[in-house]
Amino acid sequence: MSAHPSLAVLALVLGLSTLAADVRAQDDTEKEVEKYRQMLKADPWSNPALLDADRGEALWKEKRGPKAASLEKCDLGKGPGKVEGAFAELPRYFKDADRVMDLETRIVWCMEKSQGFDRKDILKRPYSKANQSGTELEALATYVASKSNGLTYTPRLRHAKERQTLAIGTALFYRRQGPMDFSCATCHAESGRRIRLQGLPFLGKPEEARKVVGEWPAYRVSQGTVMTMQHRIADCYWQMRLPLIDYGSDATVALTMFLVNQAKGGPITAPTIKR
Amino acid sequence: MRHALLAAALVLTAVGPAHAQKKPAVDPAIVDKALKGSFATAAPDWQARLDQDETQKLCSQYRNAPPRAVAEAMIAREKANIAYPADGKLMGDWKKGEGLAQSGYGWRFTDYPARNANGGNCYACHQLDKKELSFGTLGPSLLEYGKIRKFTEAEVKAVYERIYNPHAAIPCANMPRMGASKFLTVDQIKDLVAYVMSPESPVNK
Repeated sequence: MSAHPSLAVLALVLGLSTLAADVRAQDDTEKEVEKYRQMLKADPWSNPALLDADRGEALWKEKRGPKAASLEKCDLGKGPGKVEGAFAELPRYFKDADRVMDLETRIVWCMEKSQGFDRKDILKRPYSKANQSGTELEALATYVASKSNGLTYTPRLRHAKERQTLAIGTALFYRRQGPMDFSCATCHAESGRRIRLQGLPFLGKPEEARKVVGEWPAYRVSQGTVMTMQHRIADCYWQMRLPLIDYGSDATVALTMFLVNQAKGGPITAPTIKR
Repeated sequence: MRHALLAAALVLTAVGPAHAQKKPAVDPAIVDKALKGSFATAAPDWQARLDQDETQKLCSQYRNAPPRAVAEAMIAREKANIAYPADGKLMGDWKKGEGLAQSGYGWRFTDYPARNANGGNCYACHQLDKKELSFGTLGPSLLEYGKIRKFTEAEVKAVYERIYNPHAAIPCANMPRMGASKFLTVDQIKDLVAYVMSPESPVNK
């Protein structure tokens, strides 16, 4: 029984386990992460995710793909080529695609349309494995997000499809399904709860959502690699005993829309460093 | 006991969030379609996991705070699907239960082909043995659960039912239906009951 042809790869990527030994190590990991955070305060440039952001910037500007074009004409919503502040207003409706897109979905769109890459090739390896540098998509997403660092989330709900996407995302957050009857809310609907020793943000509560949503993409110490929101959501569905969710799918965009609206007004600190 | 649980469950539902009664902002059919379309590359037997049964639908609709009539019907429906051990013995081996309580293995797409038996993953959400410090807090602490309840037969049965299908006592409980979903076998559930309810178990020491 296999949910997806490339699951063997993903199994390694996720590499997560609820084995007791791993979880006991979590407490120590959290202490290590705290050490990292202190180092970051002293030297903000020591965050390994910034290497991905730099690589993303180079990829953004490089002429690549069958059309030998850079992504500098890519419209992330604020006009062609405008990267600064774009992430703070995503997901948003794009007329050219007639679809609401989050950052990562839009990057794939631009790679297809501007550079002429084949979608299948772009999505062959969206997530990095543990202890590898970020994939191209991760690097690009980290770069664009970093260009909204210091801003706050200002989601737009002007288009009917943006409002519909938010409504779907909200419903998905509370939708119970799968052999374990889980919804996102099963773990994220109360303050101060944990799985084993891992604290869980109460994403239904704006005060808590504002603290964490803007941290992604983030460098994960336990994985030794950068992780994006698409990957974060895919991981949750994996734990819910559901199949691998499609990259850039409507559900991932809708949930991101929900999270960003919960975090509205909250700071974008990406890329950060997480357990 | 059963009445006390039902009363507690209904009190919980009565103080549920006010938005629970609100008309959904979007047609559930549209939500289902968006979700199904988001697993387009998954195999059909995996896509079927997205389909909701009646209880999942209602608990989603009411955000786990169903009105009284819905809650009562749910209790009756879920109670009916609890299967009991053929020999009538509800307690197995607490040592095996301990292993099951520690293991979160099973049914994730990276768990195929199966390398281990499925685990109950109790510690993800509950405190049990006081020596195990790595416990979650999504569910209540079960420290000395059996001891506090004087190890009575009625309580043993209630624990068996709670693990098999929690909705039979607490409609829209967060806990998975470990028996009803066939995630755990009857024997595994018996071992977990022993871990929680046996006087010899470290949970009750």
